[in-house]
Amino acid sequence: MRNAVPVAPRATHPPDPDDTPAGGAPRLYLAVARGAFRRFSTYRAATLAGAFTNTVFGFILAYTFLALWQARPGLGGYDQSAAVTYIWVSQALLVTVAVWGGGFQDDVQERFRSGDIAIDLYRPVDFQGWWMATDLGRAGFHLLARGAPPLLAGSLVFHTRMPESPLTWAFFLVSVLLAVVVSFGLRFLVSLTGFWLHDSEGVRAVMLVVAMFFSGMLLPLALFPGLLGDLAPVLPWAALVQVPTDVFLERSTGTGLLGAFGFQLAWAVLLLAAGRLVQLLATRKVVVQGG
Amino acid sequence: MWTRAIMSYRASFVLMLGANVVVTFLDFAVVILMFRHTDTLGGWTLPELGFLYGTSTLALGMANLFVGSIDALGERIRAGTLDTMLVRPAPALAQLCAERFSLRRLGRPVQAVAVLAWALAALDVHWTWDRVLLVPVLLVCGTLIFAAVFIGFASLQFWWGEAKELQNSFTYGGATLLHYPPTVFAKELVAGVVFGVPLAFVNWLPALRILDKPDPLGLPAAFQFASPLAAAIGLAVAGLAWRAGLRAYRGAGS
Repeated sequence: MRNAVPVAPRATHPPDPDDTPAGGAPRLYLAVARGAFRRFSTYRAATLAGAFTNTVFGFILAYTFLALWQARPGLGGYDQSAAVTYIWVSQALLVTVAVWGGGFQDDVQERFRSGDIAIDLYRPVDFQGWWMATDLGRAGFHLLARGAPPLLAGSLVFHTRMPESPLTWAFFLVSVLLAVVVSFGLRFLVSLTGFWLHDSEGVRAVMLVVAMFFSGMLLPLALFPGLLGDLAPVLPWAALVQVPTDVFLERSTGTGLLGAFGFQLAWAVLLLAAGRLVQLLATRKVVVQGG
Repeated sequence: MWTRAIMSYRASFVLMLGANVVVTFLDFAVVILMFRHTDTLGGWTLPELGFLYGTSTLALGMANLFVGSIDALGERIRAGTLDTMLVRPAPALAQLCAERFSLRRLGRPVQAVAVLAWALAALDVHWTWDRVLLVPVLLVCGTLIFAAVFIGFASLQFWWGEAKELQNSFTYGGATLLHYPPTVFAKELVAGVVFGVPLAFVNWLPALRILDKPDPLGLPAAFQFASPLAAAIGLAVAGLAWRAGLRAYRGAGS
């Protein structure tokens, strides 16, 4: 891209990241995240309808889990109320950690289609950092708006198990934050395939399947048989739903909790680094037409 | 046109079709995984759940194929492009459904047929003439009931532009409900889909007759044959909602 982008006169350039004063970058990302939070909060009716859908699915799935645990009490180390709670927490996380994909992906995809992606790469703000900030803002809003209502509804109707220690709520939030970062890392890589495929929709569809299955969204990973059961808990998708839900249910405590955080953190760092590498390769490849 | 446009990203199309088949199959994969830990769920066996899954998914898939595009109504209202359809000399409902007709949607019915075929082969049903007849009746009426739910709830978007997700609760949520036997759910919930949104007529009630299962609500046997009536009432209500919506529509002003 270095020689293909027409060079604008120096005077009209936005400031380079190196020129920004100390503390400027975190402030900028905070503002970006806050902007994303506000942007999603404007779709009020859609959010309400979405929370309703999460609740409806929560009801249906909670009953099926009850039926299974009635037949097999204590299956996977969950008692009946833990199994039902598993459903409600996973419904609360579904949109927050974007198991289905989405969030910034929709925007990036649209920018690939319009060609605006070239401008993004030319901005003085880091491409990866910018989109991660928007995604964290989005996730924050969705945790409140699409996470809390189903969890509340579920705990009113079913015999659920809320955390006994108030600290668990804080640990849960940390785990959700890490889950969002891991999810972002995965989705960022999917989006970058657009540089080669021109349309990341297909890859995205495949990732949706993989994420649904291996995140523990459909069934706790402890219930997976054989090799699948050995493999699923070490893949990055386990960091999205299974790990935060086990933190919520206080199944991961003490060193187990540190292990859970370490697992999420390791995948977060690895995926972000991979994303950075691919981004570097991609920007080398971009050819911008016209002037 | 839309199909051709999609095909221009061939790799994406192939991946998407494959993913669509698999993602819908995931619902049944969960059922299979559950049955690795138990022999019956709510008193029903795996082939019986396969029958419920196949019929419910096939009905939803066919309805989605024919009228699923209607969920873009809210976007059309917002963008003002619904007006274009209203001035054309063809019913807006037909145009809306024909648009964005996508081959990708074949994934769901195709794998539903596969599961249903397996279930019918694995089931030990005493086939009487009424049971044989009920299978095609169930599939046709189920498709019509789901189509009515698609249209009825999409009509809400005339008043509430962002209600698209609400429709998902009753279409995709409804289909998920019908994957499992009625005995799994609270009686109020079962009653809701018999007397409220008539989803129980898609497969639950006829399946009680076909698979010779006791009715958890103890309804008269006539209900098990009443799917055509439920479909007719559902479509009539959906049609009225659609007309009322069109009449209330004032345009985006563009």
